[in-house]
Order: sequence, then C-alpha cells, then structure tokens
Amino acid sequence: MSRSLRVNPIACEAHGMCIELLPELITADPWGYPIIAPGPVPGHLLPLARRAVAACPTLALLLDQDN
Amino acid sequence: MSTARASRAGGAAGRRALPPPGLPRLIPPGGPLPLADHIGRYGPVPFRAAGLITEVERAGLTGRGGASFPAGRKMRTVAEAGHRARPLRGQGGAVVVANGAESEPASGKDRLLLSRAPHLVLDGIALAAEAVGATRGYLSLDESQDELALQLAAAISERERAGQNRVPVQIVGVPAGYVASQETAVISQLNGGAPKPTFTPPRPFEKGAHKRPTLVQNVETLAHVALIARFGAGWFRELGSGPGPAAGSALVTVSGAVTRPGVYEIALGMPIGALIRWAGGPSEPPQAILAGGYFGGWLPYQQALGVPVSDPGLRAAGAALGSGVLVLLPESACGLAETAWIAGFLATQSAGQCGPCVNGLPALAGLLEQLAFGQPDRRAFGWTQRLLTLVAGRGACHLPDGTAAFVTSALATFADEVRRHATAGPCSRVRRRPVLPAPGYAWGRRAS
Repeated sequence: MSRSLRVNPIACEAHGMCIELLPELITADPWGYPIIAPGPVPGHLLPLARRAVAACPTLALLLDQDN
Repeated sequence: MSTARASRAGGAAGRRALPPPGLPRLIPPGGPLPLADHIGRYGPVPFRAAGLITEVERAGLTGRGGASFPAGRKMRTVAEAGHRARPLRGQGGAVVVANGAESEPASGKDRLLLSRAPHLVLDGIALAAEAVGATRGYLSLDESQDELALQLAAAISERERAGQNRVPVQIVGVPAGYVASQETAVISQLNGGAPKPTFTPPRPFEKGAHKRPTLVQNVETLAHVALIARFGAGWFRELGSGPGPAAGSALVTVSGAVTRPGVYEIALGMPIGALIRWAGGPSEPPQAILAGGYFGGWLPYQQALGVPVSDPGLRAAGAALGSGVLVLLPESACGLAETAWIAGFLATQSAGQCGPCVNGLPALAGLLEQLAFGQPDRRAFGWTQRLLTLVAGRGACHLPDGTAAFVTSALATFADEVRRHATAGPCSRVRRRPVLPAPGYAWGRRAS
C-alpha cells in the first residue's frame, strides 16, 4: 500500500514548514506555496513525510493512502 | 425499457405523445407550454418506471454542464451512496440539484431552455429524484435573472398543485462569478457557506447538500433524462455520431462573427462547418473558433470546419465541448489581445482561496497583456510558459487549470501573432473592442 502527499490549497497559507522538513519531495513556488513531487512517497521518506504532515500549522498537508 | 415501448404504442393509439422525430427535441417552437400542454406534447411523466438509471446509462447521455461526465454513472453513484447512507442516519434521502446558473459568459442555452421548456427540466428533477431516492430538489439560477426565477417559481407551483413534483423543489439564486456555479460551490451555498468551491473529498455524491449524497446535474442534462424516461435509450441514440461517446442532441450557443448568433440544438457529432452554415455562415472573414468556453480551446478556422461538435471530437482537435459554446473570432480581432482580455477576466474570477491561483492568474494575465499590448521583455514568453505549469492543477477547483489550458491553446493557435507582436510590437487590431464577453470586467480589475 503506497502513500502520496497532497495539499489542501484552500487551507494552505504558505508557512513553508513542509518545504523545510521534506525538501526531497516538496519545493516552494515563487510565492512560497508548496509544490509536491508527483508519485508515491518512497518508503525511506515516509517518517519525514509524517513529520511534515504533523508540523503543518493549518493541517493542509495530507498523506493519502493510494488505491 | 417498457416505458418506451408503451409510449410508442400509446402514441399510435393517439392517447400518448409520439417522441419528437428529429430536431428540436428540447425546445419546442413557440413559447413555454403550460403543464397540461407540455404533457399533451410529450406524454405523462413516467413515474415509478423501474430502471431509469440503466436506461440513462444505455443512452450514453453525458453531462451538458461542461465536464461531459456520464450522467447515468453519476446517478448510480448517488443512488448507491444514498442507499448506504440511509441506515446510518435518522432521516434519509439524497438531494438533487439542477444547475442552471450558467456562469459561462458566452453561453445562453440553459437560460433559453429554462424559459422555453421549464417543465422538461422540472420533469427531469422529479424523475432523477425518484431514481436516486432523493427527498429534496433544488434549482440553482443566476441570481440576477429575476424574471426567470419568477417564471420557474410559477411552474413549480403549477406542478405542486398537479402532484407532479415528487420532491419539494426550491429555487436558489447563485451570485455572479465564474466559479460560483461550480458544483462544490453550489453545495457550499446550500449548506449556508460562501458560494465558493470547496476542497474534495468529500465529493457531492458522497456528502453534499445537508451532508446528504447529492446529484448535481446541469438543467439540460435533466431535460434529456425526462425524454429518455419517456422514449427510451434507443430513441435517444437515433441522433449523434462518433467518434467516441457522442449520443443524442445538445444545445450549443454560437456567437461572434456569425450571421445568426444564437442557441441551436444539434445532433452531437455534426461538423463545425455545418453548424456555422446553419447559423447563416460567417458575418465577416473569421480566423479562429473558441470551442467549449473559457475552459475549452482555440481552433484555427479552416482546420475547425471538419471537426465534429462532440466532446471526443473536439478533444481530439485540442478543444472541448464544455457547455457547448462556439465563438467565431473575426480576422479584424487580435487573438492575442482577446486571450489577454479573458486571462484578465478569469484572474478576477478567483474565489481568492488558493495561493497559486490568487498569485498566479494575475501574474499570467499581466504577462499576456505585455505580450499583446506592450514591448515585452524578451523573457516574457518563457515566464508565461513557466506560470502555465505553475498554476495548473494547484487549485481546489479547475479555474487555474482551465485558464492554463485556454492560454496554452491560444499561444499555439495564435503562434504567428505572438511572433509578430514580439518583433513589431502590438498590431493595429488590439484597439478594437474585445469579441469575447467578460461580464463585470474592465481591463485589469472587476468593474463595479
């Protein structure tokens, strides 16, 4: 069961925590909003992905289970 | 379907109406019919007929609001979600929303259908409600259309007295704005929130109005459902031709440089050239066609003539059916200026919720304005390309993706124009009044 990151763009306020914590998969656009690398999160990055999700002050970062 | 056979046999006996043999199917000549005359023309509403959803699936009806999603599949999903939800909650029932707000500026077909065949739409609401197990119905309309709302309110009362509504139907006025009639925005408004798109999931079919599974269908789609329920899938498919799913008829709005602009009901798959001849031909030399509205795409005129008016046909050519909008752009207009105009309009239509849309669309519109009207920095084209990839897919609704697709298609169709502007500056045609409608928009801002 793979997992993918997704942003709720309405909730996101560009605090940038996820970009700091998971630069391997999340980069900033010119306005500071996160751009997520497409595809499932590689297994070795899952702990960091969970940390980024937990750190988001607006709960805008989601770790979805892929179907 | 037994209903269809019964109505054909009944028609021969003179007691039931015959199905319309050709076109028009949806909009009868003359004014709107009172309920009794409407039933006289089309036959009684076939309530309690089993298998309507299967019949709609067999008909291959697709949504006429813009996304061309299979209507039967949507109905089945809501029916199943309603079935699952019912045991869990005190009072059950799905909700049906007929979307008639028609916020696509160049489209007029939903308003025309509602004003000329209100009971066909209301039949569709009642039948769809019965099929998906709904206990409430809503009809969303553009809130500025007071006359239309009053006319529909009268038609709903008329049906109430005749016991033809099946569920209570309430009219909801949707405020102006390109995204206010997007389906999650309508649901948000019905739930007492702002008329703005929401983040999905949950999707309306899972948890929509009043947290109930909700079927949101365009009003024209529901009018087709009312006819399929009476005359069957076989009759529906007598019109429409390939490639791909292109069954039945559709209402299209033709405007711009044509002799007789207006709403036409066509068999899907009709070539664009034949439709333009039907609309009296070009009124002045045309250069391109915008198909599908502002989430659609541009086609060079000569190349467009053989393209079938259907979602698969238009998609193969790089546009879309959308809500059935076709605008002919005359040679006397500048395609680049029109694109900058509409990109600016769409930027003002943002609900202001998603960062990439709030920041990206005005930046994109500003760059296009430079490309069209200014002496652009030589990097402006590259920046534009970069912005197109930055905004696409990054909003809660499709406003950023749709805007990016519209601009991408324009830059391909008007590539020569872009090059001429880059080397020689703005052409003389940028001075003319824009052909494409942008209600409530003045260059660079919302007009108050």
